Amino acid sequence: MSDPVDHVARTAERGAPAPEAGARPTLAELKERKARSRQRVERGGEVMTVSMGPQHPSMHGVYRAELDLDGELIVTVRPEIGNLHRGVEKLAEARTYHQIIPLTDRLDYISGFAMNHGFCEAVEKLMEAEVPPRGRYIRTIASELCRIANHILWLGVHIMDLGTQTFFCICFRDREYVLDLLEMLTGARLTHSFARIGGVAKDLPDGFDHRCRKVIDFLPRRVAEYERIVKHNRIYYKRAKGVGIFTSEDCYAWRVTGPPLRSAGVARDLRKDEPYAAYDEVEFDVAVEYNADVYDRFLVRMKEIRESCKIIRQCLDNLPDGPFLAPDFAHAMPLKKNVLRNPSAMIQDFVHVFRGPQAPKGEVYRAIEVPKGEMGVYIRSEGGAKPARVRFTTPSFYHGQVVPAMVEGEMIADMVAIFASIDVVLGDCDR
Amino acid sequence: MSDPIAQLIFLIIKAVLVPVIIVMMVAFIIFFERKFAGFFQGRWGPTYLGPWGSFQSFGDIAKLLSKEDLIPVRSDKRVFRLAPYIIFVPAFLVMAVLPFGPVGGEPNLFGYRFDYVIANFDAGLVLFLALGAISVYGVVLAGWSSNSNFSLLGGLRAGAQMISYELAMGFSVVGVMLMAGSMSLVDIVDGQAGNFWDWYFIPQVVGGLIFFVATLAELNRTPFDLAEAEQELVAGYLTEYSGMRWGIFMFAEYVNMVVISGIVSTLYFGGWRAPLEALDFIPGPIWLFIKICAFVFLYMWVRWTIFRYRYNQLMSMGWKVLLPLSIANLVVTAIVVSVT
Repeated sequence: MSDPVDHVARTAERGAPAPEAGARPTLAELKERKARSRQRVERGGEVMTVSMGPQHPSMHGVYRAELDLDGELIVTVRPEIGNLHRGVEKLAEARTYHQIIPLTDRLDYISGFAMNHGFCEAVEKLMEAEVPPRGRYIRTIASELCRIANHILWLGVHIMDLGTQTFFCICFRDREYVLDLLEMLTGARLTHSFARIGGVAKDLPDGFDHRCRKVIDFLPRRVAEYERIVKHNRIYYKRAKGVGIFTSEDCYAWRVTGPPLRSAGVARDLRKDEPYAAYDEVEFDVAVEYNADVYDRFLVRMKEIRESCKIIRQCLDNLPDGPFLAPDFAHAMPLKKNVLRNPSAMIQDFVHVFRGPQAPKGEVYRAIEVPKGEMGVYIRSEGGAKPARVRFTTPSFYHGQVVPAMVEGEMIADMVAIFASIDVVLGDCDR
Repeated sequence: MSDPIAQLIFLIIKAVLVPVIIVMMVAFIIFFERKFAGFFQGRWGPTYLGPWGSFQSFGDIAKLLSKEDLIPVRSDKRVFRLAPYIIFVPAFLVMAVLPFGPVGGEPNLFGYRFDYVIANFDAGLVLFLALGAISVYGVVLAGWSSNSNFSLLGGLRAGAQMISYELAMGFSVVGVMLMAGSMSLVDIVDGQAGNFWDWYFIPQVVGGLIFFVATLAELNRTPFDLAEAEQELVAGYLTEYSGMRWGIFMFAEYVNMVVISGIVSTLYFGGWRAPLEALDFIPGPIWLFIKICAFVFLYMWVRWTIFRYRYNQLMSMGWKVLLPLSIANLVVTAIVVSVT
């Protein structure tokens, strides 16, 4: 990650709306608030060890944390990950680049396409493959739909962890609209495997434009309703405000990215900083908040849903014509409909299925902004169709390890709220 | 047949009939809770058993009864078995003092006087508070005897929470006592004779609100369901319970809900009295039933809408907001009552 100071300076010019006077705390103020909220009492009393997870109702996935409790206060946390380890990185070494794509959407299965996207961006960087404009736009649309679905799901789960099940159902119902769109586009609800090296697997289906516009017109209204229900709710405010403060400094120290970082007042967003796909051709604001607590993480995510709707609308408006998948023999699979009609496409298909796309020697690292933060892909190639080493640096891993630093000194109920607020998916964390 | 014998027969009939009616009510309240939860959440709730899924509770009971009776090896077995009943029995006992129709006066049934209350007890309100305090033991003992960390935390939370809210509850009730000049629930209802603007919820609006909030805490329902906070403590003091023992806890919780709804409507909403004198031809038990249903619905509504408080926020609300408010309410009521 580049220089922190640089980002703080750029936050102002990012078009983030200026907060009211006094609403933006300085780093020192945040640190003081953090110290105040962590009521570490050295009573020297007996601690009680509680094992939270992997079967605990509010531990997302199979995260396990051993808590030492002093009454209701958390003294120490020992997180345990790895219960969902599937060896994706090792599996990837035995597969061609095309075959790795379905592995990636099982990482963060809540936003599968974003994971495909990140991997394909990295492979394209390695192979220096071009993506046609239409492909880039469709990728952007699908990625943003994933972001919306992810944030809505997050909201439901987060609120449920604070005790309201009804809201969870409301969120699931709205997420369904987005999942329907993704299903229409990719054919799958969660594990899309839709990105291809050099583009995407399919063009936008008929009627997608109309339905998608309906949904993105409708969602900002729903977000406004969520905010009416949650933002001004007294109990939510009390539970979330000033809880789990994690300043920008802490975020840099622990490589925390995505909404938790942006809620700490840093306008770091790879969609702006290192644009990929069509992000440099659309207008959007980076959602930034300044208090670095659970409440602001909620605000950031709500803003991001709105921005995502904006991005999708622009993409639909400006969708260029042309191929959605590079007609490039060396890197891209041919379209299936051409394979049985066109001899050269048939040869291309044969080559890509049986031998795989050939990558040059070298190593690349490419990071994109997935809904949960920055997802980086490192690939080392020694030539041939299979990578010598693939490494995914996924946000959930870094966010999962941060839990002790965030919750020690807070109460058990806060542990639940904070753990939900950083949005960890264990498939993404354990890989 | 002399009058005492007739009264004894009436008493036995009432003592059998009232619990049976409440048990049947509870069976359907559990069903309605799930149904309403479904409606609040945009889904159907139970649909399979009986018309509109309305026999769901009986299916649940059959399932719970047929489950294996699991008692954790390291638990304190005797206390573990005892705990559900410590909650269950007081819940039923409160019904004895709850009037569901006119008490005293002219003979009204076959030449005998039928009192619409099981026990016309002078200190009914105190009995209600005392039995509420006993049920705390059930929760704490359940948490303690399970020998599980989550249960223990849940039990301790429940103990602290119920004790602090009982104070506010007690003080807010004293306002009603002062206005009625009696601790008997029968007299309190008689004090609210007339139309709905004679009910105590108008002069005692602050006390009534405090009482309602405190009953939410007493019932362990959201936003005060910390004792069984699912997302924090798995199931709190219920974590180690399963089968019918768990069922008894749940059942007692709903019986409590009915009884406390009855108490709220008796104290502040005229009990069995009709809202307008012109509607007096409808018998008292029906009015009480309607009021109980309204409050039960309110409890459900609150439960499926509101977030859960954090432990320290709950405590500070109980001690710093509700208790001073209820004392202030008491002082104001005392002054007003003594002046007028």
